[in-house]
Amino acid sequence: MSALRRTPLHAIHQRLGARLVPFAGFEMPVQYRSILEEHAAVRRAAGLFDVSHMGQIHLRGAGALDSVERLVSCPVASLRRGRVRYGLLCNEDGGIVDDITVYRSAEDAFLLCVNAANIEKDWRWIVRHADPRTELANRSDETGLLALQGPAALAILAPLCDFDPARLRRFQFAEGLVAGGAALVSRTGYTGSDGFELYVDANRIVPLFEALLDAGRPHGLVPAGLGARDTLRLEAALPLYGHELDDTTSPLEAGLERFVKRAAGGFLGAEAIERRAAAGLTRLLVGFVLEGRGIARAGHAIAHEGREVGIVTSGAPSPTLGKPIGLGYVPPALAAPGTAIDIVVREHPVAARIVSTPFISN
Amino acid sequence: MADYEIPGDLRYTREDEWIRIEGDRVTIGITDYAQQQLGDIVFVELPAVGTPVERGEPFGVVESVKAVSDLYAPVSGEVVEANPDLANHPEHINEDCYGDGWMITIQINDPADLETLIDATQYQQHVQDRSSE
Repeated sequence: MSALRRTPLHAIHQRLGARLVPFAGFEMPVQYRSILEEHAAVRRAAGLFDVSHMGQIHLRGAGALDSVERLVSCPVASLRRGRVRYGLLCNEDGGIVDDITVYRSAEDAFLLCVNAANIEKDWRWIVRHADPRTELANRSDETGLLALQGPAALAILAPLCDFDPARLRRFQFAEGLVAGGAALVSRTGYTGSDGFELYVDANRIVPLFEALLDAGRPHGLVPAGLGARDTLRLEAALPLYGHELDDTTSPLEAGLERFVKRAAGGFLGAEAIERRAAAGLTRLLVGFVLEGRGIARAGHAIAHEGREVGIVTSGAPSPTLGKPIGLGYVPPALAAPGTAIDIVVREHPVAARIVSTPFISN
Repeated sequence: MADYEIPGDLRYTREDEWIRIEGDRVTIGITDYAQQQLGDIVFVELPAVGTPVERGEPFGVVESVKAVSDLYAPVSGEVVEANPDLANHPEHINEDCYGDGWMITIQINDPADLETLIDATQYQQHVQDRSSE
């Protein structure tokens, strides 16, 4: 295995007492003090996450719009400048290459924010399928990304900006100065709480991180790691690539239909997605809450009336609900909320019930 | 580097369990190093009283928010007590791993098993070796 990469904040994470673990080829903080404390801080006040491992791919020029429309499942021509949309890169079999966000900064300029584990795969895919008139740039290494998440995020961020971040509604972004440095700030996140994501030059991320931590301390801001990020996104039922999604998953199985321009089609994978839908989906992603004793984990079997019917893709205790929750795939006939299932934990069935998602309302 | 409490009067395993020897009974828990490594503990599965356990084999499970870890029996014998409070208060292991966070008491079969345990100084070294990796 090749050496783990580090973000520019590595030394600060160490100084803050973070436990660093390998994640998608990077050495990343999984927690600083406590996943439960960091999770609670994001729900009640705010948390600051280093997510610089994520990738940024820019498309620009005459072919950019055609390229993004062809590459991404969500509609892009109708995306206005300063707006963000969630979408999928799909392969010719209708499987998911990656789940991404698309930023439109000009008529002919787009930023795709992609998962760290998929940067190289996405880059090859985009290079192969982009309109040749498109200028492509993979700026993942030069770009730092912080996520400031939680109900106090706006109050913490606003005094540091030379613009008013309050005017950004969900899935809008602006470019301006934050703590004296250029940043792209979007009202987006991966926690199910309000918040912002801040893209800056990698060499600016240390002062930005420190300025946000200092400004946020009186508001209850804490540095938060990937452990809390995972429990937060799970409560919000946001899929994680490699767990709920992979190269074989149809977006329709994963409940992502609203991010797919089905009527218009025209994107890579569209025909296969429709073909698979017409043939009948064999599984659907559902959320469940455990009623018996035990914690569901990825890879556990899902059983119904003593028969194995599916698999858990993510599972953890929900700090907000105070009980274990999970996501997993089951046959469509068993996907209705209220259906009783069992999660097979170390060979013992533990009672669970399918519920509508997200698990928490914001 | 973080500090870990390692009481001098206990024995230890290289799997990060502590053992308090009281005649032919031993009480077992996980060390301060182990609980800090695991983080917030949210679930514990322990064997019922009367269950036979075998040295080196898993006897239970401890789960943190992110991770599932097996617990290994440091000696062979029979479970004569299991901490009844941990089912509802697994956080006792984080708060007081050498006290309220105790897990089980075993009636040992063969006192020779105790010779395989390491003392606090050896365990301290074992923790340091891994921390400096």
